[in-house]
Amino acid sequence: MPNPYLPNSAVIQRITDENEARDIKTFQVAFCDEKVGEAFRFTCGQFAELSLWGVGECPIGIASSPMDREYVQFTVKRTGLVTTALHNREEGSTVGIRGPYGNGFPVQMMEGSNVVIVAGGFAFTTLRSLTNYILHPDNRHRFGDLTVIYGARSPGELIYKYDLEDWARRDDIQLHATVDAGDEGWTGLVGYVPTILEQVAPSSQNAVAVVCGPPIMIRFSIPVLDKQGFPPSRILNSLEMRMKCGIGKCGRCNIGDKYVCKDGPVFTFEELQNLPKEY
Amino acid sequence: MMDARAIDKGRIVGLLDELIERCEVFAPVMSDDVVLFDKIAWGSEARLDFGNSKRLPKEAFFPPSEVMFIYEGAQAEAPPSKGDRVLFGIRPCDARSFLLLDKVFNTPDYQDAYYVEKRERTCVVGIGCNRPLSTCFCTSVGGGPFNEEGIDVLLSDLGDRYLVQVISERGRRLLEGNGLLGEATESDLREGNRIAAEARERVTSMVETEGLRDRLMGMYDDPFWDALHQKCLGCGVCTYLCPTCHCFDVLDEGGEQRGRRVRIWDTCQSALFTLHASGHNPRPSGRERMRQRIMHKFRYFVDNCGEIACVGCGRCIRNCPVNMDLREVLSGIMER
Repeated sequence: MPNPYLPNSAVIQRITDENEARDIKTFQVAFCDEKVGEAFRFTCGQFAELSLWGVGECPIGIASSPMDREYVQFTVKRTGLVTTALHNREEGSTVGIRGPYGNGFPVQMMEGSNVVIVAGGFAFTTLRSLTNYILHPDNRHRFGDLTVIYGARSPGELIYKYDLEDWARRDDIQLHATVDAGDEGWTGLVGYVPTILEQVAPSSQNAVAVVCGPPIMIRFSIPVLDKQGFPPSRILNSLEMRMKCGIGKCGRCNIGDKYVCKDGPVFTFEELQNLPKEY
Repeated sequence: MMDARAIDKGRIVGLLDELIERCEVFAPVMSDDVVLFDKIAWGSEARLDFGNSKRLPKEAFFPPSEVMFIYEGAQAEAPPSKGDRVLFGIRPCDARSFLLLDKVFNTPDYQDAYYVEKRERTCVVGIGCNRPLSTCFCTSVGGGPFNEEGIDVLLSDLGDRYLVQVISERGRRLLEGNGLLGEATESDLREGNRIAAEARERVTSMVETEGLRDRLMGMYDDPFWDALHQKCLGCGVCTYLCPTCHCFDVLDEGGEQRGRRVRIWDTCQSALFTLHASGHNPRPSGRERMRQRIMHKFRYFVDNCGEIACVGCGRCIRNCPVNMDLREVLSGIMER
């Protein structure tokens, strides 16, 4: 009988500091067993359980694109026990990984559509995976226009700056990076994400919106998308919840009869409207 | 025709001793004034003269804490499987709970490596309830005091002997060639039927569950929950002593080099159960947590698994420190 709780060993190849506060790091890992790495196939929006012996496990969204077959990246904010222990690790050390879990974004359904990504703060991780997936030369022609509106509190808190710079130079993605408050070096947009979203006013014509961020950002972004004509079935959300097993059994991440780890974490706004407001 | 035997009560110890020679036997024992199921070394340790055990026979499949694997360096290894087991003398409500747990831990897309492995090598010997307790309401939730669901061999207490009914092929194999058992007579069978029918009449607690799930559909924001949880202490005994509860936590014991990962029971009645690392809690008070317990058993489980996740054993009623009575809660919902 297969035992999904046994993690697979992976080596931390590279650790990248992502923000000024240095509480967000990206861990690039590679499975020790090549066959395991080959079998680890995921879609954008899925997550995995990261394990540190003696500390425990925690669920983290996959930040790299499924097109990157050599490694997997996780962007982790230092918050609890496991994430703090992970932040104290160095390159070359070993972690356990099991997964991938969750439904992920419906990328096949999104093919042929314009994609509008609305992200705030640290919740950008799986949307960064999605953005890089769409931008991959093998995939770009299968999607329409790609608009990314991404905001953080300050310029120093914007993560994936290397990607932002790269995307800003391309003509097949409209990037609108914004900050709540700028500093002397900042020449970009200043304003909350919902405000910028309203200014950019992306068309809802043949479009899908993907929204991830703090609850307050989501609350103010939904009415803007609604005004633009996005139906609730074409607005996607990815939820966070305390999880242990990651496979719908340990019982804590449910919203009504749905388990966020197994039936989610991606839900359409329409689905969320039909679920209890318990998240 | 059903395979029916009979055994004198004086020979039950001998039967258990014979089983102990062949497999691990778990039976009701008295420990610190609590009846629980434990592995016995001698047939004489078993107690069959109890209402129902306080602790749960499900512990034999889903223990309160269980080593998932032992790790050393980069290696992690799950504990090996052991031999055949018998779970002897369990009540029909508890046996029925196994079928509900199967719907969680043994489904087409998920076979729990720990639960299924133990379940598959365990023969379940049940004992009917001649005298159901005042808190029993099994007949309201699809069960009965002599219900055979989940049972391989069913014992019925006929006074000086037990009627032994073989329900399944696994039960037949367990008793094959056992010299202590005799053939049941016509009168044994008649007496067994009479006792079972009488016992069913004795379950006087009735709860209306028809339409309960639909009623709960519209009750998520009902003020009912505001009042309900007020006297609850949040101790979680209703979940720890529930035969159908199955939530768990996963944690590590040991250090970075060597240790073990353990699965332990958890309860939706604890604030920590859903507390995010950020400090946000989607179920911040007893109101949401009580609602979750009721909704899970009587609505969500029905939607996901097709049945109510309650077998009417009454443990949550008997053991609640503030006398919260699930039967009253359910009638309260039906009256909304």
